[in-house]
Amino acid sequence: MTDRNDTATRVMALIEPFNKKGVDVTDTTRFAQDLEWDSLTVLDFVANIEDEYDILITMNQQAEIETVGQLVNAVMALKAA
Amino acid sequence: MGDLFDKFQPLIDQREALLSTGLTDPFNLVMEAVLSPTVAICNGKRTILLGTYNYMGMTFDPDVIAAGKKALDEYGSGTTGSRVLNGTYAGHKACEEALKDFYAMDHAMVFSTGYQANLGIISTIAGKDDYIVLDIDSHASIYDGCALGNANIVPFRHNDVEALEKRLKRIPEGAGKLVILEGVYSMLGDRAPLKEMVAVSKAAGAMVLVDEAHSMGFIGENGRGVAEDEGIIDDVDFIIGTFSKSVGTVGGFCVSNHPKFEILRLVCRPYVFTASLPPSVVATAATSIRKLMHGAAKRAHLWANSQKLHAGLKALGFTLGTDTPQSAIIAVIMPDLEKGAAMWEALLNEGLYVNLARPPATPGNMTLLRCSLCAEHSGEQVDQILGMFAAAGRATNCIA
Repeated sequence: MTDRNDTATRVMALIEPFNKKGVDVTDTTRFAQDLEWDSLTVLDFVANIEDEYDILITMNQQAEIETVGQLVNAVMALKAA
Repeated sequence: MGDLFDKFQPLIDQREALLSTGLTDPFNLVMEAVLSPTVAICNGKRTILLGTYNYMGMTFDPDVIAAGKKALDEYGSGTTGSRVLNGTYAGHKACEEALKDFYAMDHAMVFSTGYQANLGIISTIAGKDDYIVLDIDSHASIYDGCALGNANIVPFRHNDVEALEKRLKRIPEGAGKLVILEGVYSMLGDRAPLKEMVAVSKAAGAMVLVDEAHSMGFIGENGRGVAEDEGIIDDVDFIIGTFSKSVGTVGGFCVSNHPKFEILRLVCRPYVFTASLPPSVVATAATSIRKLMHGAAKRAHLWANSQKLHAGLKALGFTLGTDTPQSAIIAVIMPDLEKGAAMWEALLNEGLYVNLARPPATPGNMTLLRCSLCAEHSGEQVDQILGMFAAAGRATNCIA
């Protein structure tokens, strides 16, 4: 579980520079509705996550990810792959 | 019961708010008469056309028109059939021969539109376990081709060679890879660094598709596009293009040297399950493509027009999409949609038509007044255009 906590902490740190509205970010925070990110913001943020973990998050996978918690789980799975 | 149209309400509201100010609808203009590649009658007024993509001005070429009329008389108004059934006429083969000669490539496949060419080629060649790596600013037809297929889609930051390379390296070993680039991006009129991008793609073992819709006829020694201009056309596996810009009619194509290319005619659904182009259209396209091979003088004049307009608009104080002219597209960046629509209308009142481009079609949610030049614009017309921009810009407080 500490591994998940660690990943969640790093993901949330990467969210902060794009958290223009100062939303209190938790596992259930939604990228589109709560953080109100547009497609360019998503691209930049996803690129940072990909570079941090040396993984690829395809657009197909991104379409399934709505919340911060889902992203953390996806990163864990992609790291393990 | 929910109305399926509820999802369009925000757009309906935005449109109504804009039009309630009495503004002319920028997306509902009618060309009442077309006098030449550069002049039409809109709202009863003589209007210079600066937003047509008719780069080489072939739409009124006498040879092109004569070829179309002859084909209409000899072959009728339409084929009423698919390319793989009754819809391949001598004219379709002649058009594909013209493309093979134009690009000096082994294979050419003509589609009914450029949109369908991207839709068909991309969705067919990249399968379930393959990866498509594409520029984030790619045209809608490229994204729709991705959506129609089953491949894994990986976007990278616009024109960023390093971002492309990084993503290619992360693709699982052994997976098929297709990199999709455009020679000229139509919104800002900027060129891709194709030489570097194609090099990193090939080093990673990827196939490369380049959409040269906005460069065909104009860029490159023989008008083959940015890939030719950068000297790497032989490393490009597929070139996608259209007849609705420099060629001056409608239709799309893919050219390639891939030895197994012809099998696509049987497996590419947007090629098989639609009617082929009318005989008059392929006749005009073939004639135009062959004339474009000898268009060096026109290319030089178009380039001069682009440089003159870019320098003139910059001097007037407008913010442009590129620091230097890179293509026949010059994008004027507007502060917001309201100002952009007002400026668009002011230009129309002056007698000038440009494209109003707005989100989500534009990168970075920009509102653009997109100008596309024609080789048939005279130097005098470019001067008139600059005068109209000066007057409209001052009237709408876009420039001082």
